Amino acid sequence: MIRDPENESMPRERLERLQLERLRAKVGEVYERVPFYRRTLKEKGVTPDDIQSLADLRKLPFTSKLDFRDNYPFGLMAVPMEQVVRIHSSSGTTGKPIIAPYTRHDVDTWAEIMARTLTSAGTTENDVLQNAYGYGLFTGGLGFHHGAELLGATVIPTSTGNTKRQILMIQDLGTTVITCTPSYAITLHEAAREMGVDLRDTTLRLGIHGAEPWSEKMREDIEDRLGIIAINVYGLTEVIGPGVSVECPYKCGMHIWEDHFLAEVINPETGEQLPYGEEGELVITTLTKEAQPVIRFRTRDIISLNPEPCDCGRTMVRMSRLTGRSDDMLIVRGVNVFPSQIESVLLEVEGVEPHYLIVVDRQHAFKTDELEIWVEVSDEVFSDEMGKMENLEKRLRSEMDSVLGIAARIKLVEPRTIARTEGKAKRVVDRSEL
Amino acid sequence: MRLKQVSVFVENEPGRLEAILEVLEGAKISIRALSVSDTAEFGIVRMILDKPEEGLQALRQAEFTTRVDWMLSAQIPDVPGGLLNSVAKPMAKAGINIKYFYAYIGHAGEDKAMVVLKTNDIEKAEEILKSLSVD
Repeated sequence: MIRDPENESMPRERLERLQLERLRAKVGEVYERVPFYRRTLKEKGVTPDDIQSLADLRKLPFTSKLDFRDNYPFGLMAVPMEQVVRIHSSSGTTGKPIIAPYTRHDVDTWAEIMARTLTSAGTTENDVLQNAYGYGLFTGGLGFHHGAELLGATVIPTSTGNTKRQILMIQDLGTTVITCTPSYAITLHEAAREMGVDLRDTTLRLGIHGAEPWSEKMREDIEDRLGIIAINVYGLTEVIGPGVSVECPYKCGMHIWEDHFLAEVINPETGEQLPYGEEGELVITTLTKEAQPVIRFRTRDIISLNPEPCDCGRTMVRMSRLTGRSDDMLIVRGVNVFPSQIESVLLEVEGVEPHYLIVVDRQHAFKTDELEIWVEVSDEVFSDEMGKMENLEKRLRSEMDSVLGIAARIKLVEPRTIARTEGKAKRVVDRSEL
Repeated sequence: MRLKQVSVFVENEPGRLEAILEVLEGAKISIRALSVSDTAEFGIVRMILDKPEEGLQALRQAEFTTRVDWMLSAQIPDVPGGLLNSVAKPMAKAGINIKYFYAYIGHAGEDKAMVVLKTNDIEKAEEILKSLSVD
């Protein structure tokens, strides 16, 4: 199902005309209203009039996460506070939270984009949608909530946590669609199993998962364990929240809503634009956002873009599955591995302190053949029985395998083994450094 | 008799057992019994200490991963079949699984040997040992 065929299936020529028109207007707007953009454009010697074609996009300066921090809280805002109706925020990787203000129009646009997103994933007005993304400052909860209401589905705003109640709701209220992070989907399965409930026997038929990197193997696991179709969704607080892109039922990449978000892929080292199909860092320019538009935002997410028309009928470009952040990516036997994925597994296996070290044999830059993960054994998980310790090791190994998509060696170590550093811990070391 | 066992997680590397023993020596704690179970990567050092709480504290201060478990001790006749008839047979008969056990330097007479054992049912195992007067 396509909610808005006129826009979602627009011929690419017409789409590009629309994008250029919107880009020019937006660049003019931020140049006039946001001192930060006026300064960065001037530094590059660019004025809004220099944007004559979409190819001129590359003349514009990038905006980074650091720029959000440096201009905290309202330095990137393009409207007076009277026009802002809501503010979301995310924890941000650099210490200060990322502030995301929305005008009335932004909130409405977001709901429409989310209704589109949910429809693309396969949700209809007849569905009962249980929204287990966190409600509050995080964009996930309210983003999905308003989209689902606009679509006309029945929303159960369970938010995160209270897993037993989530399962009770699924059973008793006839939930057909669950929206949550992929790791929470696995948690639901495990809790259900402990309660003697097989989620495959419930009305649940569809899961829409995002907000953290996950692998194709994890999708298979979720689909198998919950008896659902699992759809990948993508978004960023800096851009709008969830709903930047989503898969269609063909599951062959996430369609980016290009009438609202202009996407490019760059070489993260040089900043040079890369052609379609090549893997690099995703950069997004918002075309319709009012309260806080962003020009050439460096997402740090590594993906590739595919502009081929999709069997679903949409013309919007598809981005590949996202595996993590450009700043800490490793390539192990050709598979991209991110410390964030490893962290999510450790957090899931109860009691394991997320103190870990990834040991690689990095003779060829960031490529390695062996992945070894050292995990500190805390008092909570330590057992005097060897069988239990071996089970812990086995469980970590199989969860890592599922999440990373490749096998990793797990080594249980004493707390003293992994050096504590001030601030951000060093997570990856070369074997030669040990 | 119930005894507290202190277990320590160690990497299977030279010097790690030494490090534990140094901590205990420093705290003037004596080891009554010791058992090590290991894989190629790591080991579990299980100990009966004369002052278990103090020993535990010293090891924790030295940042070792530790835990405490209740164990049972048995004084068995130091004769062929002693362990078999006083512990192994009666436990098996009662359906109790002995998870592991090891020898213990107790203060028994010359004709007795001592073991500490961990089972899946400490209450029932304790009763059996009492009924056989080997507790």
